[in-house]
Amino acid sequence: MIEVRLFATLRQDRERSIMLDSKDFPTVQDVLTHLDILPGEVSILLVNGFHKSLEAQLVDGDVVALFPPVGGG
Amino acid sequence: MERRYERNIPALSDQECRLLRSKRVAVIGCGGIGGYLIELLARIGVGYIRTVDGDVFEESNFNRQLLSEQPLMGRPKARAAEARVQRINPRIEVEPVAAYLDNSNAKDIVSGCDLVLDGLDNIPARRILAAACTEANIPYIHGAISGWVAQVGISMPGDGLIDVLYPQGVSFRDRSVLSFAPSLCASVQAALAVKMLIGRPVETGTIYYFDLLNQEFETVKLDLGKKD
Repeated sequence: MIEVRLFATLRQDRERSIMLDSKDFPTVQDVLTHLDILPGEVSILLVNGFHKSLEAQLVDGDVVALFPPVGGG
Repeated sequence: MERRYERNIPALSDQECRLLRSKRVAVIGCGGIGGYLIELLARIGVGYIRTVDGDVFEESNFNRQLLSEQPLMGRPKARAAEARVQRINPRIEVEPVAAYLDNSNAKDIVSGCDLVLDGLDNIPARRILAAACTEANIPYIHGAISGWVAQVGISMPGDGLIDVLYPQGVSFRDRSVLSFAPSLCASVQAALAVKMLIGRPVETGTIYYFDLLNQEFETVKLDLGKKD
């Protein structure tokens, strides 16, 4: 399984932590598509605590963390 | 030791306080984050503050901007910041720049500063600031807020922090900002700024992320330049 942790506004209408079957989601982009999250809605993207790209390959046991952009001041 | 700084001691040493008085910083943006940054840096005793903002106060600023006051409606924020600092300590040198940061003035705006602080409110201006600081070889301390959330990180020249935080195509839709977000953001930035100015160790390549709605505080270590 893959654990997807969502932060701040990405949690709106979603759970804070979502478990997905790794067989069905080979990349982070596949996870985003499943959760109906556009790439432009994600700023920091971590896999197991390391900064990765949307194309990063996922394997069983991975933890994906997604943070929305914060841009105001 | 001036009496006004005696309560800085012993958290800061006499020598560190003197060092702060010799330092020059630019605060880019004098709105939500910037207003608090200027206040905190003036109070702790930074000797020179360049206050940069092309905007004037309007009614929608009042829910969060420290410098905004009813009598200042329509007045330049950069000059309100100067006046505020002079009321706190007239010995602090303040240079107001009542202009928006853009490609034509960014180099001059950061020039001669030991450190730059980001109080901006949009992504394009942050990209311009990052490029100018890289060219001038000046570190800057990023801060941004939205709704209940604040994020802070140190950017060293050329490290690409802003490109990681704001990849092409990214945009933020939530224009709300609650009053405690800028004060928290600025406090974290100011603490990092003081540490950098007096030469204490800091973590670079790190984003501190504060979600005040869910009371979650994350430290995210970014491998800058090493994204797979």
